[in-house]
Amino acid sequence: MQKTFVSRNPSVLIFLAALGLFTLFVTIGSEAVGTGLISTSFVKTLGKTLCLCLAALAMDLVWGYCGILSLGHFAFFGLGGYMVGMWLMYERTRDIVTGALAEAPIPPTDQEIVDAIGTQIFGVVGSNEFPLIWSLADSLVLQLMLVVLVPGLLALVFGWLAFRSRVTGVYLSILTQAMTLALALYLFQNDSGLRGNNGLSGLQNIPGLETVPQSVLSVWFLWASALALALGYLLAVFITEGKFGSVIRGIRDDEARVRFLGYPVEAYKLVIFAATACIAGIAGALYYPQAGIINPAEIAPIASIYLAVWVAIGGRGRLYGAVIGAAFVSLVSSWFTGGQAPDLPLGFYTVKWVDWWLVLLGLSFVLVTLFAPKGLGGLVDLWTNRRSPDRHGADLGPGPGALREQEAAE
Amino acid sequence: MRPFPLLGTPEQMLRLIMAGLMLLALPFAVSAQEGPMQALLQDHAEIIVKNSRKTIGPAIDAVAASGLPQAQDVLQAWQAKEIWQRKSDGLFFRGEKLDSKTYRLLDFDSGADTGTFPKNELKQIKPNSGIRALIGTALVQFQLTDPDPARRSAALTSLERDPEAAALAPLRASIDGEDDAALKARKLRLERLLTMAFGQGDAERVAAIRSMSGDLSVDVRATLNPLVTSTRRAFAGALPRDVNIAKALKPGSEGFTQADAYALLVTQSRAPAQVTAAEVRDALAQNISGGRAGGIPVAQLSDPARRLEAYDVLAEGGLAPPRVSPRQKAEAIAAHSFADVYTEPSAAVTAAAEQALKGISTRVAVSQAADLTLDALSLASIYFLAAIGLAITFGVMGVINMAHGEFIMMGAYTGYVVQQIIPNHTLSIIVAIPMAFAVTFAAGVALERLVIRWLYNRPLETLLATFGISIALQQLAKNIFGTQARPLTSPGWLDGAWVVNDVISISYIRIAIFVLALIFLGVFLFIMNRTRLGLETRAVTQNRRMAASMGINPDKVNMLTFGIGSGIAGIAGVAIGLFAKVTSELGSDYIVQSFMTVVVGGVGNIWGTLAGAAMIGFFQKGIEWLNPSNTLAAQTYMIIFIILFIQFRPRGIVALRGRAAGD
Repeated sequence: MQKTFVSRNPSVLIFLAALGLFTLFVTIGSEAVGTGLISTSFVKTLGKTLCLCLAALAMDLVWGYCGILSLGHFAFFGLGGYMVGMWLMYERTRDIVTGALAEAPIPPTDQEIVDAIGTQIFGVVGSNEFPLIWSLADSLVLQLMLVVLVPGLLALVFGWLAFRSRVTGVYLSILTQAMTLALALYLFQNDSGLRGNNGLSGLQNIPGLETVPQSVLSVWFLWASALALALGYLLAVFITEGKFGSVIRGIRDDEARVRFLGYPVEAYKLVIFAATACIAGIAGALYYPQAGIINPAEIAPIASIYLAVWVAIGGRGRLYGAVIGAAFVSLVSSWFTGGQAPDLPLGFYTVKWVDWWLVLLGLSFVLVTLFAPKGLGGLVDLWTNRRSPDRHGADLGPGPGALREQEAAE
Repeated sequence: MRPFPLLGTPEQMLRLIMAGLMLLALPFAVSAQEGPMQALLQDHAEIIVKNSRKTIGPAIDAVAASGLPQAQDVLQAWQAKEIWQRKSDGLFFRGEKLDSKTYRLLDFDSGADTGTFPKNELKQIKPNSGIRALIGTALVQFQLTDPDPARRSAALTSLERDPEAAALAPLRASIDGEDDAALKARKLRLERLLTMAFGQGDAERVAAIRSMSGDLSVDVRATLNPLVTSTRRAFAGALPRDVNIAKALKPGSEGFTQADAYALLVTQSRAPAQVTAAEVRDALAQNISGGRAGGIPVAQLSDPARRLEAYDVLAEGGLAPPRVSPRQKAEAIAAHSFADVYTEPSAAVTAAAEQALKGISTRVAVSQAADLTLDALSLASIYFLAAIGLAITFGVMGVINMAHGEFIMMGAYTGYVVQQIIPNHTLSIIVAIPMAFAVTFAAGVALERLVIRWLYNRPLETLLATFGISIALQQLAKNIFGTQARPLTSPGWLDGAWVVNDVISISYIRIAIFVLALIFLGVFLFIMNRTRLGLETRAVTQNRRMAASMGINPDKVNMLTFGIGSGIAGIAGVAIGLFAKVTSELGSDYIVQSFMTVVVGGVGNIWGTLAGAAMIGFFQKGIEWLNPSNTLAAQTYMIIFIILFIQFRPRGIVALRGRAAGD
């Protein structure tokens, strides 16, 4: 008998239930409902964390399942944010500008409005003309399509170039890192058309919703982020459980073997690379309106590496692991760096966590890699009593899959 | 009791009377012994006191041309506002301030002290800046022939910085008397430059330009460029014959559109200005009556066409200047001719200058290419230096060490700490290099023992683990040394630059880094090809088990190799710290480029790393040359180029083939 989707993936129900409960709890506790247990800024932090979880989910798909350690997925995340940020900034500036021009004795022409918006937005980089890439910024629908299309296309082109020439493993990682560095450096220029290192700001003000207080908006965004994460999770489970999932896991474990079985490895990799870029773009589009500002520093190579760190600490190769890792590390990180963690007096020296948190993170990351490659998700295995095979002795064959000395003796 | 207590004794009275007589007689007494300079000043006393730039000329000329030895002193005192006139007799003196109220006066001719006087009996001669400039020019001839070579040199420097026509004659006059060869050469050169700009007659100037046309120096170009500056002008009718035309312009041609031509006419007030959209709006706004402007309801004026309609109505009513129609524009342009006109009136001079500049610019381009090559070479050697440690750990051993950049940083900070202990810069660098090697060698060995050896067949996890180390080390450095940049000062003998000419120059530090890179290359080749460790490293890399069965201890070899790779990174850190700022982010600035260098060059081959560094260095400098304002763009394009390059040579420039390739 064919099992249902849920019974094949019991973790989906647990995950969705946990996410739903979490959202409900935060909603009830928020200032919007009135209890005020959770401050608006913390609701925003939680909403942003959900977006980061979605990005981590994408990272887990591409790395944990397909074995491509991409150190550039945060670039896609940032691009998604830029795409939605362009519309937010344009519309909001237009509201301000039309408000100001309505005072004038003569009603403004369309061209005057556009010019005034250009002066407002680009005055800070010494320009007043709209670059070509802003030509769709007045349309929310088109700009939302770009949220998916731009990261997807970039991933498609980059992935096609990279996979076609059989760049794999660490080389690919370094190449993706170079890609995100190049993008960040490009955006840092003033004439890149995206306001250089000023970035886009004021994104927390949603045009048309000026009357809605931030406390309510933050809850709405939390809902949207939770919904996106839930859908993303379902999609990820759907992708990974079927034949497609088997093939990409096969590529992770032994690319050459899958190729010899006749599968077009490059196409599979390209699809998963581009799809995860789109997911990351959507996550970014939800993240930055909550953060309020985006600038090129956000997509520096280090951010993408943190994405990998979250997935590794959460436990790669399992979807809930990525979510747990991203949520855990980013929340703990903001707890430590926010100055809320108590100082640790050692007698001769007081450890201030604002300064020492990164050291702790770096070292704990090394320890996780060395001693707990399954990450936090491995705790679930302890609970469900699932064990990995206990193998001893050196391997006899050429690779880690071969028989080991003891196994051969048995 | 004395009869006249106020007047004192008769002797005292006599003395008083004598003193009074003396005072009265003083002017006559001084004028009796008045020196030649004082007489000269007195002749021009009126215009000196009048202190006007327009009339002062004869006075300055008289002093300068007097031939008196004290003329220079007078001019200098004048320029420094140190000349004071005594009100009682109108004589001029050099005033020395004793305190705020009293001044000591010194005679110009004899230099004698003529006594101290209260300030209110004196009048200071305060030349304005225009007069001071005139005096300065007059002073040049004295300074150029001053017995002190330092002052002659200073005068030449000020002339070189600020050449002026009036200095030409005294400069020429001073050349023959010059006995210092170096100064004489400078004077001759300056004379040529001044002749170019200010010489009498075209022939003389053209000859000067011709004689200097092979010179690349900045000052020659700075003298020639003003000669060929041109302004864009419009003339009614045909072009006049009496102006020196650089280039006749045809409206509508490339670089000079019809709109440009009309705009030029407007700026020269030869045509009425076009009415801009803003002016249309303002005119309409001023003429709103009853919700209408120009007969059109205000609400409809958001349409540009309606606005113009309304404006034309206003213009017809005389309420606003009429718009310029396209036909009027075309007519105005047709009625004029346009040209770039040289500021310099002499055609012969401008032609010679253009020709000279053309020749110079070709030679400058060649020099610039050479300079660019040197720059690129220096950048390549920096990349090579940063990447050579990686060529060992990544290239030979296949270990991705993301903390490599932090080893570079560690080396730089070691240099900084050593410099704090040993103040002598030369000695401290000599100590710092082995110290940096030792520190990073130890760090590398510790990293290999503690982390990397557990992950030898899991490269992606090595990458992540070493990345963890990298952020921990970076933050640690921040905690210890703070976030601000620390200086690592190079020894004095590395200051300055090797200057070939005004275009080609390269700083000694960069040469030193280039040499260091060459030394490292030699050391690397020696270790890998000539030592037992190199042999064992290569053996372990190619086949660990086979090497182990030959009696090599692979653990030990790996440990040492990784240590050496890290140690070299430390030394590179000292070198990089000498020209870059030492911060905790120093390493991360180089890590991506370093990996790129190794990957582009080809893994596992030092020549590949060299080629990769050269290619990236030259390419980056090349892009910077094409787009000098934007180094960020250069880096972006370089990375894109590398991504594309790897399409065509996935294994790098120098790809290993066969069994050596490993996989």
